[in-house]
Amino acid sequence: MNENLFASFVTPTMMGLPIVILIIMLPPMLLTSSKRLISNRFHSFQQWLIKLIIKQMMLIHSPKGRTWSLMLVSLIMFIGSTNLLGLLPHTFTPTTQLSTNLCMAIPLWAGAVILGFRHKLKASLAHFLPQGTPISLIPMLIIIETISLFIQPMALAVRLTANITAGHLLIHLIGGATLVLTSISPPTATITFIILALLTILEFAVALIQAYVFTLLVSLYLHDNT
Amino acid sequence: MASLVPLKEKKLMEVKLGELPSWILMRNFTPSGIVGAFQRGYDRYYNKYINVRKGSISGINMVLAAYVVFSYCISYKELKHERRCKYH
Repeated sequence: MNENLFASFVTPTMMGLPIVILIIMLPPMLLTSSKRLISNRFHSFQQWLIKLIIKQMMLIHSPKGRTWSLMLVSLIMFIGSTNLLGLLPHTFTPTTQLSTNLCMAIPLWAGAVILGFRHKLKASLAHFLPQGTPISLIPMLIIIETISLFIQPMALAVRLTANITAGHLLIHLIGGATLVLTSISPPTATITFIILALLTILEFAVALIQAYVFTLLVSLYLHDNT
Repeated sequence: MASLVPLKEKKLMEVKLGELPSWILMRNFTPSGIVGAFQRGYDRYYNKYINVRKGSISGINMVLAAYVVFSYCISYKELKHERRCKYH
């Protein structure tokens, strides 16, 4: 159990070939496209979902910010579907790897910030100094605001990685404990199994919520800078 | 007995067992041929199980089950050590 705990987070390779590429390409293959106005149930369900997401998320943006809607909807669909697929047994979740999440977070955050600096330079610089601060605190506050700006992409990536990884680890640990306890004392195993069931429900929620939070924050950075 | 239809155009179920190696060698193994094979397979599955009037959840469930089995095969090497036995 000792070294096996983290074995499920190893990037899968088969005879040296990185299958992780195939695994990352699987969620997009499950999202169908159709040339018809009204198509099958599967596609209609996805259309309804995407309409819900767009209405919820892009309402607050100006027309300039709404040019990002394709990017943000793809982002939430990718992260949501990847996290949900990772809850299946024995599967590999790309969002548990910090590299994947950094690759998603840094370009999006940098794009939003650079957009803000190009089009609204004064307003972007003004974000560094909240209104009504005492004059003596200004230098320190500017430093703190700069640090908090640069920590945004790191926080985005690390938040997603840590949440999903921690959830998977807990499921592994509690599942292992339940298995061992069945031979020692069945009532305790029943309690542990109920905990496992509750945890799995939580993980389903976390998978979706993390996708939502990631995308919401990116859209918030966009809103600040548009 | 010579076949009436040329070997290249027969489908797999119509090929006789003795002709199987030559049939396999005649298939199109170029990259565009392989892509075409995957595209045909995808279209067959999609049109049979998902693109129907009252598609059920089993259309996507079969794909997920195949994915789970595939992942199990990939990680079998590490899972071998977690079997229940007296001495690990």
